[in-house]
Amino acid sequence: MSATPTIAFDAARCDGCGHCMNACVSAKSSDAHRAQPRIQILRDDESGRWGIAQCRQCGDPRCASVCPAAALEKGDDGIVAWDGKRCVNCLICTAGCTFGGIAFSPAEGHVVKCDQCEGAPQCVAACTRGALRYVTTATLYNRWGELEDLFVPGLGGCQGCNTELIMRHTLRRVGSNTVLATPPGCIPGMGSVGYNGMLGCKVPVFHPLLTNTASMLTGIRRQYKRKGRNVTALALAGDGGAGDVGFQSLSGAAERGEQILFICVDNEGYMNTGAQRSGSTTYGAWTATTPIGESARGKTQDAKNLPLLMMWHGCEYVATASTAFMEDFYAKLEAALDASQRGFAYLHLYSPCTSGWRFPSASNIEVARKAVETNFAVLWDYRRDQGLKLSRDIDAPLPVTEYLKLLGKFRHLDATQIAHIERHVAEQEQVLRELAAMHPRERRQVVGHQSDLMAVDLDQ
Amino acid sequence: MEQFDYVVLGASHAGLEALRAIRAHDSDGSIAVLDREARLPVSPTVLPYVVSGKRRQDRIALRERGWFDDLRVDYRQQAHAAALDSAHSRLRLADGSEIGYGKLLLATGAAPAVPPIAGLSDVRFHVLRTLDDALALREAGRSAGRAVVLGAGLVGMHAAENLARAGARVTIIEMRDQVLPGYFDATAAARIQAAFHDNGVEVLTGRRVASVAPRAGGCTVQLDGGEPCDANLLLVAAGVRPEVSYLAGSGVTVERGVVVDAFMRSTAANVWAAGDVVQTPSFFGDATPAGGILPDAVEQGRTAGMSMAGDPGVRAYPGGVSLNTYGFFGRRALSVGRDAPQQGGADWEVLVRGGEGSDAYLKIVLRDGRLQGVFGVDVLFDPGIMWELILRRVELGARAKALLENPQDAARALMSGLWR
Ligand SMILES: Cc1cc2nc3c(=O)[nH]c(=O)nc-3n(C[C@H](O)[C@H](O)[C@H](O)COP(=O)(O)OP(=O)(O)OC[C@H]3O[C@@H](n4cnc5c(N)ncnc54)[C@H](O)[C@@H]3O)c2cc1C
Repeated sequence: MSATPTIAFDAARCDGCGHCMNACVSAKSSDAHRAQPRIQILRDDESGRWGIAQCRQCGDPRCASVCPAAALEKGDDGIVAWDGKRCVNCLICTAGCTFGGIAFSPAEGHVVKCDQCEGAPQCVAACTRGALRYVTTATLYNRWGELEDLFVPGLGGCQGCNTELIMRHTLRRVGSNTVLATPPGCIPGMGSVGYNGMLGCKVPVFHPLLTNTASMLTGIRRQYKRKGRNVTALALAGDGGAGDVGFQSLSGAAERGEQILFICVDNEGYMNTGAQRSGSTTYGAWTATTPIGESARGKTQDAKNLPLLMMWHGCEYVATASTAFMEDFYAKLEAALDASQRGFAYLHLYSPCTSGWRFPSASNIEVARKAVETNFAVLWDYRRDQGLKLSRDIDAPLPVTEYLKLLGKFRHLDATQIAHIERHVAEQEQVLRELAAMHPRERRQVVGHQSDLMAVDLDQ
Repeated sequence: MEQFDYVVLGASHAGLEALRAIRAHDSDGSIAVLDREARLPVSPTVLPYVVSGKRRQDRIALRERGWFDDLRVDYRQQAHAAALDSAHSRLRLADGSEIGYGKLLLATGAAPAVPPIAGLSDVRFHVLRTLDDALALREAGRSAGRAVVLGAGLVGMHAAENLARAGARVTIIEMRDQVLPGYFDATAAARIQAAFHDNGVEVLTGRRVASVAPRAGGCTVQLDGGEPCDANLLLVAAGVRPEVSYLAGSGVTVERGVVVDAFMRSTAANVWAAGDVVQTPSFFGDATPAGGILPDAVEQGRTAGMSMAGDPGVRAYPGGVSLNTYGFFGRRALSVGRDAPQQGGADWEVLVRGGEGSDAYLKIVLRDGRLQGVFGVDVLFDPGIMWELILRRVELGARAKALLENPQDAARALMSGLWR
């Protein structure tokens, strides 16, 4: 069964203007009849929120399961298609659907449902408030699924950890023409370098020191180049191996513009060795080295913003991503891979740690999503020639506490600590907002890379 | 003896859904599905449309062969189960062959119930459950002239309409005092009955048939304490009984159907059952009618399949909620859930709009502010959403009024907020 595009609805952005319904009516009406809209926006007066009734194009559509005439079928294009030549008008499909996605239209004389207008849904085009989005993530997943998985089956990550997802999907896309470096941390810990003399993946992999990942990759990439071979030099590192212990070599390689794709999987601490604090650990968080006791109340410093630091190096490409937004991650991985053929590309992935942050293993993606939706972790990307762009709107975030309350490592926070974190989030948000507002397209460059600044000068 | 990890008996709604659920979890186990018919599966629900001629019989197959092949399921026609030996996990077919199973699903549905009416076995009468029944009825309907339908349930009402449209003079005889008992209350039933009357169909409620006797070109139906009624065509639509003839001595307990637990396991080891063959418990835990409908067969089939395959995602079957989408003479009646009992008490609330003469009838039944049932004639709403609101025991609070005013929009708005 394949997963496919969907029309997503964000109730918080909807003001009930009804443009989507009108667009649907225009798209589906004919000379013979005025169509019933296949999308309905309705107000629930009790909650004051707008709701939607529209076919979700379910992966496992119950309308089709209960159809006695085999008139409904999910096609390879993801659309649950209705066949008027088979339909007997018994309306049992309307009993199978809990979304109001298929309903009888008296004017048309049969049930009607959304068909996503052959890939160009008119309702989405008509929505000016971003309440409707045409989301194609799932097709992307499928495309990724067709690429070869280059890790061994059965990596030994903790239950519910999203790092395996990140590793596998990254290497699928980056491909086999790769040398992979995995400095000490969870990633080699779960078996990427292998066990008992056997490799953990199908590409050459090595295990540098925490300190020298970017230096070793520099040498390897250059040596291959000298021999006439263009390989992708890829690092999958933790936040300690990237931003603390490994920062000297990382900073150097970025500043030199080495052609490396460096991916930092940030779980905000040294989780694999027992959850010690790192430079990325949030203020107030419990770790093994920032305990909670009579006087100690968790970490007393703010996390440093490693991706922003990397941006100021003038890398070819820098981006933040989250496994709650895979579509966005895929697009950024694509851009980073491309950029790594020209210079240094740095991707920063937020990776909630089920064991070290103390939350149920089933909620990893939910935690990741909340981090983004509260602006705790803002998604953006930076291109040397275009500056920084926000990947999502950050103007109406959920309260930060919606994120904090999910995690055991924050359970002890008092009001002052929460206020501190909220302030910090707001500050970071403001910095990013201002960076994004710099209209870099006109200015061409926000931060220049030395060698290229010269090139620009020559052009002028 | 042939042996399969899974054997599914009956390739209709319950069986087909179970096949999908099994394969979704167990990609390797061998599966066979056996059906007694010599053709691709056809839903009993589609048969009225075969009778009416709306659908040709070559366009109604629920699944093509390729579907079974894709699932790597060995689909066998003309495989009629004759006896089950659950102690040895063996099934004997009518042709004498035997098949062994690891796990077995009974999804053999139901057969028309034939009431004990004197003389019935001496006359030619029709029933409607299989494609052959439908073809015979369609043929007979073309020249019926005078038709009598026993039973004003969904099958009888559908068929009566078809026969009337084909030009027959039709009389429906129903034992209870209203048509569609169990699905609609007396007011709603009266609206529906009036439509039949307007279209020339005679409906006799609260009447029993005492006997039938053969007559040239048909039969004579003798009503209890009343006039005889001649018929060229007699259709018996007096309900169904589970298809369990092959279960005698099998170790599977049968009451009003195969007895199952919340995961559709029968009382015999490694034997599950789903669909019309089952004695479906009511979601409400009372005597409200449950089961015998297509959506239930699908839900039960999925639950059984997941349970058989050991899918950890399986959830207990919540019990049946009566649910119907009934079309008559171009109009629509919808029912979901249960009505309030006669002596309901203060926790029950019944909201009604549209009495006699109005253009629509709607009734909403609540208990402790939670939806129990919605019944509408000439009003549209989404039965699937109502079903979900009942199953989730959603408290409606002040929304009940809005629901009565505009059940479709109000329920959609509420449900939309409940999804995330
Ligand atoms: C005329 C009519 C109209 C209906 N309309 C509606 C409606 O509008 N809405 C609704 O919800 N429900 C309706 N129903 C009921 C609905 O069709 C059933 O609830 C549904 O078909 C049950 O599915 P099932 O898989 O349990 O059994 P069935 O569909 O009865 O299938 C049983 C299968 O088992 C096979 N079988 C039986 N015995 C054996 C054996 N011994 N060996 C091998 N195979 C065997 C049969 O060939 C058949 O394929 C209607 C029923 C009829 C008859």
